[in-house]
Amino acid sequence: MTAEPILTISGLNVDYGTGASGVRALRDIDLTLHRGEVLGLAGESGSGKSTLAYAVTRLLSPPGVITGGDVHYHRPGGESIDILSLTPDELRAFRWQELSIVFQGAMNSLNPVHTVHSQLTDVLTAHRPGMRAAERTARAEELLNLVGISADRLAAYPHQLSGGMRQRVMIAMALALEPEIVIMDEPTTALDVVMQRQILRKLVELRERLSFSVVFITHDISLLIEFSDRIAIMYGGRIVEQAGATEIYRDPRHPYSEGLLHSFPALHGPRRELTGIPGSPPHLSAMPTGCAFHPRCGKAFEPCPERVPVLAAPEAGQDREVACWLPH
Amino acid sequence: MKYILQRLAFYAVTAWAAITINFLIPRLMPGDPVEALMSRYQGQLDTTAIASLKALFGLDEHQSLWSQYTDYWSHLIDGDLGLSFTFFPTPVGEVISQSLPWTLALVGITTLISFLLGTGIGVYSGWRRGSWLDGLLPVTTFISAIPYFWLGLIAIALFAVKWQIFPAAGGYDNSLVPAFDWPFISSALYHGVLPGVTIVLSAIAGWILGMRNMMVTVSSEDYVMVAQAKGLSERRVMFSYAARNAVLPNISGFALSLGFIVGGTLLVEMVFSYPGIGYQLFQAVGAKDYPLMQGVFLIITLSVLAANLLADMAYALLDPRTRKEA
Repeated sequence: MTAEPILTISGLNVDYGTGASGVRALRDIDLTLHRGEVLGLAGESGSGKSTLAYAVTRLLSPPGVITGGDVHYHRPGGESIDILSLTPDELRAFRWQELSIVFQGAMNSLNPVHTVHSQLTDVLTAHRPGMRAAERTARAEELLNLVGISADRLAAYPHQLSGGMRQRVMIAMALALEPEIVIMDEPTTALDVVMQRQILRKLVELRERLSFSVVFITHDISLLIEFSDRIAIMYGGRIVEQAGATEIYRDPRHPYSEGLLHSFPALHGPRRELTGIPGSPPHLSAMPTGCAFHPRCGKAFEPCPERVPVLAAPEAGQDREVACWLPH
Repeated sequence: MKYILQRLAFYAVTAWAAITINFLIPRLMPGDPVEALMSRYQGQLDTTAIASLKALFGLDEHQSLWSQYTDYWSHLIDGDLGLSFTFFPTPVGEVISQSLPWTLALVGITTLISFLLGTGIGVYSGWRRGSWLDGLLPVTTFISAIPYFWLGLIAIALFAVKWQIFPAAGGYDNSLVPAFDWPFISSALYHGVLPGVTIVLSAIAGWILGMRNMMVTVSSEDYVMVAQAKGLSERRVMFSYAARNAVLPNISGFALSLGFIVGGTLLVEMVFSYPGIGYQLFQAVGAKDYPLMQGVFLIITLSVLAANLLADMAYALLDPRTRKEA
């Protein structure tokens, strides 16, 4: 892919707590999001997917701290912004304007005591000071129509909406300022399967129309294979494999990716047997030495418990990366 | 609207029940309070007063309980609560209407101040945890743990006796005639400082603690995180998202505490000999002044009910989830 990068993360480290009781949630994350692309981020619970999303937007709540690394946002003109060194005011202006988030808790993401109207327009008030009240309302109506909700629901309170409607309101809210990047943190996990499909279809349609870049976080890799251009797979706070969606699907190089793929039924294609991954994800405070996956890996051999494999292209010239000692 | 009507109907029934119990209790009491009173006044009561007392306490055997009950209601609607013994022959209604404004002004204003101040401090200390405001918390909790009468007595001993900055007792300077003019009002304010400050001190910790804890809980809600991510100003996130949700339990607590303004101030008014309704009740109990006690109880019951109604209304106004769909 030759598209220019829009978000580059390099060497990002995040700890929860400091000193002896602190644990490292993200280790040396290098990741690039290109303009107009859908990047899928997959992994089990506790692998650091959401932590990565929060760290990039500096929304980590204590005791989470960013202990190292860089996050750069590249404006369409080419100007680059160091997100981690923005002042609080600059950060406020940056958030939602350039990068918005759809959070995983569709049920609790809306303020229960304010109407949909008030929550859709306050972001306009904050970022577009010159906008008049009537224009804000018109924009809010437009946004609701965009996600397929009739404009008369503007006066509704969150408890009067269904879960699917709430999540669509959140998506409408995320698009209010037409940001360049939208991070979706498991946007459909709280919803039933039919609603998941509808929301995803809506997202694909909106992305084609508005051409924003997406970081899509989920543990459902079959969803990603259908929906994303590129997939990064996380395990124990590291990215273990990164490749195009079809490549991951056809030819996963990391045993963990392979395990993930065999844990979900594919939505299309031939039937395969579901095997799952033996064992359970490691605890952050007791991370195995070497490759964190080796205790659960059926193919582990002598370097695995000793040394951490480096994320690199398995063969020179390939546009994919894997962190595994297995020869490919 | 339907919700409000439902609540109103509910409170009307409760008020009826409370008034009926208020009617029945003296009639269930053993002994004969009128006999006791007649002996106390040693024949100074004339026959019409005795007859009215007997009617009031249900000692009028010629009447059935039902006709007593209807009489009681018709008196009540006329505002006739009987005659006070301690202030004989002043009607109870008049005694109450003289003391009620004092209590309402003193305790009403101090309850409002301690609620607003405590909630405000709670919002800030819950939002900026670990700031110097957290140091205030143990101090206020300590003060509120002191029994009120002791706090009041210490305040009198220090500021009225030792340093003589404030008066020790009373609601205003006795040389003044109560009137709506500056000398009287300033004197009333001056007399209100010591009881007022002690009430605020003893009540504020509860508001701070409640609000701070709710702020901490609400701050970790997803919608607060969303508000942060939306790049809203810190003021808006703190007040419109966090505090707006966190204040709900405190609002109902406040409305309920309004109900105890009338009744719950016995100690304050006793310690400071403040001419309010609690002091009146204290005197009534001491003098076995049943009509006055009954009248004060009625006022307390009704004000608690009114405060409850207010709490319901405020909650419906502030929390859309409690409003029923029409």
